[in-house]
Amino acid sequence: MCTYTTVHADVDGSAKGPGSAWFHAGRATVYFDHPVHAMAEHTLNIDLTDPAGDPARRVALELTAESARALVAAIQQALAAVPEELKV
Amino acid sequence: MTATLVRFAGHAGDEIEAYVARPEAEFRRGGVVVIHHMPGWDRGSKEITRRFAELGYDAVCPNLYHREAPGAAPDDAAAVARAQGGVPDERLVGDVGAAAAYLRSLPTSNGKVGVIGYCSGGRQSVLAACHLDLDAAVDCYGAFVTGEVPTEFPLKITNLVDQLPNLRTPLLGLFGAEDRYPSPDQVAELEQILTAEGKTFEFHSYEGAGHAFFANERPSYNVAAANDGWERIEAFYGRYLGA
Repeated sequence: MCTYTTVHADVDGSAKGPGSAWFHAGRATVYFDHPVHAMAEHTLNIDLTDPAGDPARRVALELTAESARALVAAIQQALAAVPEELKV
Repeated sequence: MTATLVRFAGHAGDEIEAYVARPEAEFRRGGVVVIHHMPGWDRGSKEITRRFAELGYDAVCPNLYHREAPGAAPDDAAAVARAQGGVPDERLVGDVGAAAAYLRSLPTSNGKVGVIGYCSGGRQSVLAACHLDLDAAVDCYGAFVTGEVPTEFPLKITNLVDQLPNLRTPLLGLFGAEDRYPSPDQVAELEQILTAEGKTFEFHSYEGAGHAFFANERPSYNVAAANDGWERIEAFYGRYLGA
């Protein structure tokens, strides 16, 4: 199916994308839908983009649901290990 | 066959680009507007467009995301379009209408134009056929023609139930019996509505096939369903787009 579901998050950081160039990542678009490349019917897709920039400046992830949950858990684990004074 | 890129004025006069495939020989024929799926104006959509030329039609596939990301790779353009909320229904109708007018302007045109769409384009094919002067429409597993759109969907699409009385063309529907969007119940609801409205339609649901069974580069590809589906399309367009 096309889920049409699209969730946005404003983010602030950098991503390394096409042509091995770094760019400002200002937005994450997250959706569970057909992938372009991954060999699965549906994947959890994340587009990290600079909303003001060229559409080609995009880091795209297509993860199976299971691996997306593993990624979330890994991020949570890494953040949980950070001392309080560094969490800004 | 020739395949090339053209530009014409779409909805609200905005210039959009489109992929066109045409038989080489000069003979009068119908035209087909191919509506690409949500992942964009990609290689698979252009391959389908060429197949219609091989079947003897002038075929055009407008880039529905041209405004959001002119010149971008299809997957990047799809990402931008999705992030901006997708294609508004009114704009879709305008762009498909412009593509149909382009086909009718060709010297080989017999004046007849069909529309076909896959996935989200299946819904858009039905939408276009409710509003435009077309001759035949094909809906390949379009979700939310009927059925309730879950309220948590940030992309505000609606079903087409209130528009179905205005359906102006015969409709061919091709569905996977294992699909959930549209589910067999939603397909049955569409069938009931069209019957009650006295519309001309022909539906086929394929056992063992899920969503996107025509997509020959995807794990969802189902050879038997896709082959039979193409034969149904060929017969349907032969009946309604012939001279």
